[in-house]
Amino acid sequence: MTLKNLPAVTYLTLIYLFFYIPIIILIAYSFNNTQYSLLWHGLTWNWYSELFSDADLWIAAWHSLVLSLAAATIATMIGMLAAVSLYRYRFMGRQLLNGLVFILILSPEIVTGASLLLLFALTGLHLGFLSLLLAHISFCIPFVIVTAYSRLVSFDKNIFEAAKDLGATDSLIFRRIILPLLWPALFAGWLLSFTLSLDDVIISYFVAGPEFEILPLRIFFYGALRGKT
Amino acid sequence: MKMTNPFKVFSLSIVWSWLFLFALLPFGLILVASFMQHDSTQIFISRFTLENYQQINNSVYFHIFEKSFWVAGVATFFCLMLGYPFAYLIARMHGAMKNFLLLLVIIPFWTSSLIRSYALIAMIKAKGILNTLLLGLGLIHEPLQLLFTNTAVIIGLVYNLLPFMILPIMTNVERLDIRLIDAARDLGANRFTTFKRVIIPLTMPGIIAGSILVFLPAMTIFYIPDILGGAKSILLGNLIQNQFLVAQNWPLGAAVSVVLTLVLITLILVYIRTTHGTKNREWI
Repeated sequence: MTLKNLPAVTYLTLIYLFFYIPIIILIAYSFNNTQYSLLWHGLTWNWYSELFSDADLWIAAWHSLVLSLAAATIATMIGMLAAVSLYRYRFMGRQLLNGLVFILILSPEIVTGASLLLLFALTGLHLGFLSLLLAHISFCIPFVIVTAYSRLVSFDKNIFEAAKDLGATDSLIFRRIILPLLWPALFAGWLLSFTLSLDDVIISYFVAGPEFEILPLRIFFYGALRGKT
Repeated sequence: MKMTNPFKVFSLSIVWSWLFLFALLPFGLILVASFMQHDSTQIFISRFTLENYQQINNSVYFHIFEKSFWVAGVATFFCLMLGYPFAYLIARMHGAMKNFLLLLVIIPFWTSSLIRSYALIAMIKAKGILNTLLLGLGLIHEPLQLLFTNTAVIIGLVYNLLPFMILPIMTNVERLDIRLIDAARDLGANRFTTFKRVIIPLTMPGIIAGSILVFLPAMTIFYIPDILGGAKSILLGNLIQNQFLVAQNWPLGAAVSVVLTLVLITLILVYIRTTHGTKNREWI
């Protein structure tokens, strides 16, 4: 490292410290031998044994996992069809679909949550697993579309022409050409969706019901009850 | 070309029905609800009124709008000031080091942002790490009372949203043609002029994209003011959440959501105008 680089290295280090210190503190506090205080009271494993015996917490974690796996998988399938259509076809409303994807990614989660709650309330849909699943699939789809589409544009369009000339139908082209080439992007989109779904608080807060508790909301309510001391 | 293409029809009908049912229709309902009359026993009464928008105009709610814009604006400003040099430095690196440093930015965001916000309490409370450090260094003589203030909320927002500023700027700096900087220097521009006249304008799409990605969530992530701002801190997100889930005044909540969406649309239009004719746009 030269002296000329020093300010840059210092700057990067400070930003990384800003990112990581709270996480390190969090890990440290998980061994703190006190219940309400944020002061250090000595080392303990109690919180971990309590964690493993808290059945409700594990049920919430299980719910979250099932929900995110299902939402990410269905969102990836629908997002894939949308990305392939946007790439291959000219159709009415193509620009609208393009713009909609852009707006859905940027639109505040709270508006998505509130609007879906309104829809579910008016249609009388019971708030629980199904309402959460529909909401999570919806907010994941645009991210899958963007991930898959950016991969599709790097393809050589001549491949499709060649396949068509050889008599392949669109569904055959999809199965034999697009899917094998696209799967890394689809996996990336799936992983992104899974992560977003697992971590979501705001939209879930609106569309969750009391019987199907998921982990982020349990953490939020738990903290709201005890954290403000 | 055949008129009916089963695969195309299949794909488009699934995609459109989903987006219609779970994106366009719900928002349409919000728009309708925002013009309906409030009723405490049902979702709303189907009678047209402008009451909800007039209510936003009254002092209490207008103050929340002002405060949200201010808090989100300050948070966006700090994200930009901290994030731009960071993004610039990383974007100009090469190879494994760059990927590693980028990964280090993303890893914290695999842990729950809710939990990280709780961890910030331990950082900034009166007897927390930050005060201990500053007192120890002799920079302050009394602990700073940050927790449950707007400053705490801003720190929380910057902490949670900084990567959304860094990533778009980084993509933009990566695409920056180094020869343009060399050319400016050759023509006699000093570092500052080069930065102001060449680098900033060329990375403007990234700056605006990052600012949108920080500014809008900053107004609406309701759990950060909840956790770090205490009971007094109410931003737009808390207002909408309250109207829908606590006060049960759905039409008012809907009206606030509509106004928020108008802000979003304005920002997108600004983005499209500034990126018009350039190839630096992120999407579409």
